Amino acid sequence: MTNILTLIEVSHRGGIAASARGLLAAAATLGSPVAVVVSAAPLADDDVARLGELGAVKVYSAVTAAAGSVLVAPAVDALSRAVDAYRPAAVLTANSVDGREAAARLAVRVGGSVLADVVRVRSDNGTVVAQHSVFGGAYTVESVVEGGLPVLTIRQGAIEGEAPAATAEVDTVSLEATTDAATVIDQFNDDVAVSVRPELRTAATVVSGGRGLGSSENFVLVEQLADALGAAIGASRAAVDAGYIAQTAQVGQTGVSVSPQLYIALGISGAIQHRAGMQTAKTIVAINKDEDAPIFEVADFGIVGDIFTVVPKLIEAVKARSN
Amino acid sequence: MKIVVLVKQVPDTAEERKLDPATGQLDRESTDLVVDEINERALETALRIKDTNKGTEVVAMTMGPDQATQSLRKALSMGADSGVHVVDDSLSGADTGRTAATLAAALRSTGFDVVVAGNESTDGRAGVVPAMIAEHLQLPLLGSLISAEIADDGVRGVRQGEGGTLNVRAGLPAVLTVTERFPEARFPNFKGILTAKRKPVITLSVADLGVAATPSRSVVISTAERPPRAAGRKLIDDGDAASELAEFLVANRLV
Repeated sequence: MTNILTLIEVSHRGGIAASARGLLAAAATLGSPVAVVVSAAPLADDDVARLGELGAVKVYSAVTAAAGSVLVAPAVDALSRAVDAYRPAAVLTANSVDGREAAARLAVRVGGSVLADVVRVRSDNGTVVAQHSVFGGAYTVESVVEGGLPVLTIRQGAIEGEAPAATAEVDTVSLEATTDAATVIDQFNDDVAVSVRPELRTAATVVSGGRGLGSSENFVLVEQLADALGAAIGASRAAVDAGYIAQTAQVGQTGVSVSPQLYIALGISGAIQHRAGMQTAKTIVAINKDEDAPIFEVADFGIVGDIFTVVPKLIEAVKARSN
Repeated sequence: MKIVVLVKQVPDTAEERKLDPATGQLDRESTDLVVDEINERALETALRIKDTNKGTEVVAMTMGPDQATQSLRKALSMGADSGVHVVDDSLSGADTGRTAATLAAALRSTGFDVVVAGNESTDGRAGVVPAMIAEHLQLPLLGSLISAEIADDGVRGVRQGEGGTLNVRAGLPAVLTVTERFPEARFPNFKGILTAKRKPVITLSVADLGVAATPSRSVVISTAERPPRAAGRKLIDDGDAASELAEFLVANRLV
């Protein structure tokens, strides 16, 4: 069976990135998943077992002192050697900041092409076909690579399900540290608050707040509704620019794209740039005091009203029903 | 110091953007074309260095059809010293690999100490061209920065990673990409608009650059437009809207 390489990211603290599940699931639909992992110390048995559970049939463990101190280059070196070793039909990385830089450099180095921000993959008589959701979901586009190795960056949270579990066979290699033309990592600064809420990209329900919240103090209303619904928190760019919430919560053209079962927009006017990040949600609810707000054009259920009176009542009603 | 800023003309995100169903490529006729906002922030980054160090030379470079020259004029009116326009009919529909190979050749012929680009364009959103260019030129890339200090002896920056930020650095020459966290761009002033007309813009073709066709390429095989969303119920809150919404959520098994 044809090999499919996946670049599995490991945090500087050693944890396997959440993107691993989707990458291995996508790889399993195309062939035999090989997990390529770069680390400073040989992989622990637990990590190998975990990658097997997620579907990795083989683990290519590249050990190098440069992991954690040189940006992206060790991953490109490891992938390029794994391409020689496994002759894969495709290479998959997360569409993360590290993943897409590794994909881009690899494609140039080995003579392939990048298919970017892929939301679904399929094999058509051995040809790897990538599906993309373009212009905020306005178009679905399929693409292939002609004449070289397909290198796909997979949108995080887009691939559902899991690959069949396997017992991973490990191939450990040592990589020489590359220092030429390197970007050096001096320090990692972890995000302070590790939220107990679901992750924005993969949450089934997202509650987002906009400029209509009026202040960062008032943004707590978004948090309260999110917690009542077990939802992730999002925001419009206006709310981020106003400093109500961190940029990592931004949903839209230049932020995260989400496709949850339920998206609730509070005090968000719904500029086209915001809709580009959420209009593929299954159900959209909008509450806004401006009845002409464009968000209502895409809302399945809209309330023209004051979020500060409607939302607390909604929280009460939801809590009453769940009791 | 010579800084080249990569500029891309894109459809305005404030309008509905279209793909040509026959080719799967961007329909350039249907929307206004503008300089991508992230490129304006990239240019602002270079211009701020020029503000404090008059010896700095800022070059705006673009690849695109004839009308992409407008984006260079905008950059010149904001304060760039000169422009480079890579234009060639054979580049129509170029994929990221072809684009990066061509821009890398243009950068090699233009010369630079630092290349500044946006982290991703608003139309393609692939975010891979700067890294491909860095690979072609065998240079370090400092990608997805939220801040940067560019000095004669190197670049230091803070990169937005997945679970936090990273402090990164590299020597020159280097490629760096900026995110929306960088300051907004200045507006061109009247003097800038007037002097822009006298600033040089060099045009380069594929033959000028001697870029070989890339053997591998990505090809669009199908394009389907998503049906527009229809608006659903819209209530004016009279005091009961919250409980009606709660019922709607329950009826649809959303809570």
